[in-house]
Amino acid sequence: MMKTIFKRTPTLKDCPTHYCPGCGHGIAHRLIAEIIDELDIRDRTIGIAPVGCAVLAYDYLDVDMVEVAHGRPPAVATGMKRTNPDKIIFSYQGDGDLASIGAAEILHAGHRGEQITVIFINNAVYGMTGGQMAPTTMLDQVTATTPKGRSAAEQGYPLQVSELLATLPGTIYIERCALSNVARVRKTKKAIKHAFELQLDGAEGLSMVEVLSPCPTYWRMSPAKAMEWIESNMTKVFPIGRLKG
Amino acid sequence: MTEEGQTSKGAGKRILMCGNEALAESAIIAGCDAYFGYPITPQNEIPAYMSRRMPEEKRIFVQTESELAAINMVFGASATGKRAMTSSSSPGISLMQEGISYLAGAELPAVVVNVMRGGPGLGNIAPSQADYFQATRGGGHGDYRTIVLGPSSVQEMVDCMPLAFDLADQYRMTVMVLADGILGQMMEPVILEKKPGRELPAKDWALTGAKGRKQNIVRSLWLPEGSLENLNFKLRDKYKQVEKNEVLCEQYEIDDAEIVVVAYGVAARIVRSAVSRAREEGIKAGWLRPVTLWPFPTKQTSRAADEFRIFLVVEMSNGQMVEDVRLAVNGKSPVMFYGRPGGGVPNVEEILEQIRQLTLRPNK
Repeated sequence: MMKTIFKRTPTLKDCPTHYCPGCGHGIAHRLIAEIIDELDIRDRTIGIAPVGCAVLAYDYLDVDMVEVAHGRPPAVATGMKRTNPDKIIFSYQGDGDLASIGAAEILHAGHRGEQITVIFINNAVYGMTGGQMAPTTMLDQVTATTPKGRSAAEQGYPLQVSELLATLPGTIYIERCALSNVARVRKTKKAIKHAFELQLDGAEGLSMVEVLSPCPTYWRMSPAKAMEWIESNMTKVFPIGRLKG
Repeated sequence: MTEEGQTSKGAGKRILMCGNEALAESAIIAGCDAYFGYPITPQNEIPAYMSRRMPEEKRIFVQTESELAAINMVFGASATGKRAMTSSSSPGISLMQEGISYLAGAELPAVVVNVMRGGPGLGNIAPSQADYFQATRGGGHGDYRTIVLGPSSVQEMVDCMPLAFDLADQYRMTVMVLADGILGQMMEPVILEKKPGRELPAKDWALTGAKGRKQNIVRSLWLPEGSLENLNFKLRDKYKQVEKNEVLCEQYEIDDAEIVVVAYGVAARIVRSAVSRAREEGIKAGWLRPVTLWPFPTKQTSRAADEFRIFLVVEMSNGQMVEDVRLAVNGKSPVMFYGRPGGGVPNVEEILEQIRQLTLRPNK
């Protein structure tokens, strides 16, 4: 007898991906889809896609979804959750979206303690627009707009958003994870699931999971090397672990 | 809590209210589920009123961190099928333009109130009509329109709110109420009552959780070749329907008039007095007042110009609506302009003097 030991989870659509080889979005999408199915909340979940590579997240996640202006997902999520407290609202945001242009929106959604779940994909670079510097770009990292590498004097230090949000009374759960190996992916899933469960339980506050994610294309390295680079470089500035909750 | 369709603010009775508060109460009667806004003068009475009344009605009030957040909260609530609104004044409305463009692209209903103040920049907090271009041309990026209503009394601040919500839902568009600091601040007797609304299409596009149906997506990004052009053609056809069906305007004694004064909003009230005075002096004057600023009453204006008449456009700006009047008149009659920008408000005597000069009647 043949036994199925691994299959596509229903909320993940059966379609070709537009993401680059080695990109982390595919893994993150799958984790979210698995969690939605495991918690059986597909029919009450609304997702918010950001501006950036993940703008087409609704092509992969088979839940009600909206695509919104750059950086504004936490404000849109606020409008949704306040008027629909029984729905599960999550935003999926990149580092440019959340940490740069949307810094005010995430800060104040956290500050107000909005009961939403935020998945923050940090790959230290702007992917969709061609590999420009992000607020989370590492020092000395070469990007399209830091040809000599990011310099603290010129462009400032990488922004640690999770640490910042953890200081707010309105946030209830902040954890930083990574997709750099199987063990880390498993932990990421656990963290995202916990963030969804908190919202399901009606916990009063915002939960966010930061996910260090590879961008081999704009890190100019192979997918395998990109995974190593997360471990050897990114985790030094963005330490893995639970910051709050 | 109050009973369905009623309001704690003396339903059906004549009561004295300022424009901002009357508008806010009218929005509640019209079924506004959520209000999101950021403080700015001269519309602060709206969020203050909503912060008290919306919780009483078990509805949503959020003071936002910015106008960007406010319009995006409106976007979020609207995407789930709720009736949502925001209000602001000129500089804040500029900040909302990004969101209004996204609302247009995503075809979401929304009601935005602009209680205009003087500009450009921080300007001042005096009443103004300087945002006409921004409102009627769709101040954000892309090829879109918003329906723009121009109330001219506190009662009309009340009356335009149920209409705004109905139009927004019917056409899945942003409806902007273009008021000004005078209308927002002044007190007049008003009657607040719930009237039957329009029959509206079901919001089967709304994000409510994909229960027993396929996934709904609300979006404004259309990458495949031709798909965005198709969306824009669809929007164009929708806007044509609005132009055909929703024009509102008032006219007075135009038939025998040698001069027609065109004005909207609070300026139209001053014009009305000036025209009455001109008639008393034997000048055949009439007035035309656009109530919808977009769609503009092009046909009505054009018809008035079929016989040779002098058109005088009066605005609290350096001349914005005058361009729509010129387009409508299309060279058939001369179109003159008198304006007071930067918070200036014309008085009756000023306008009357313009009428006298243009009709070659020297002041006695």
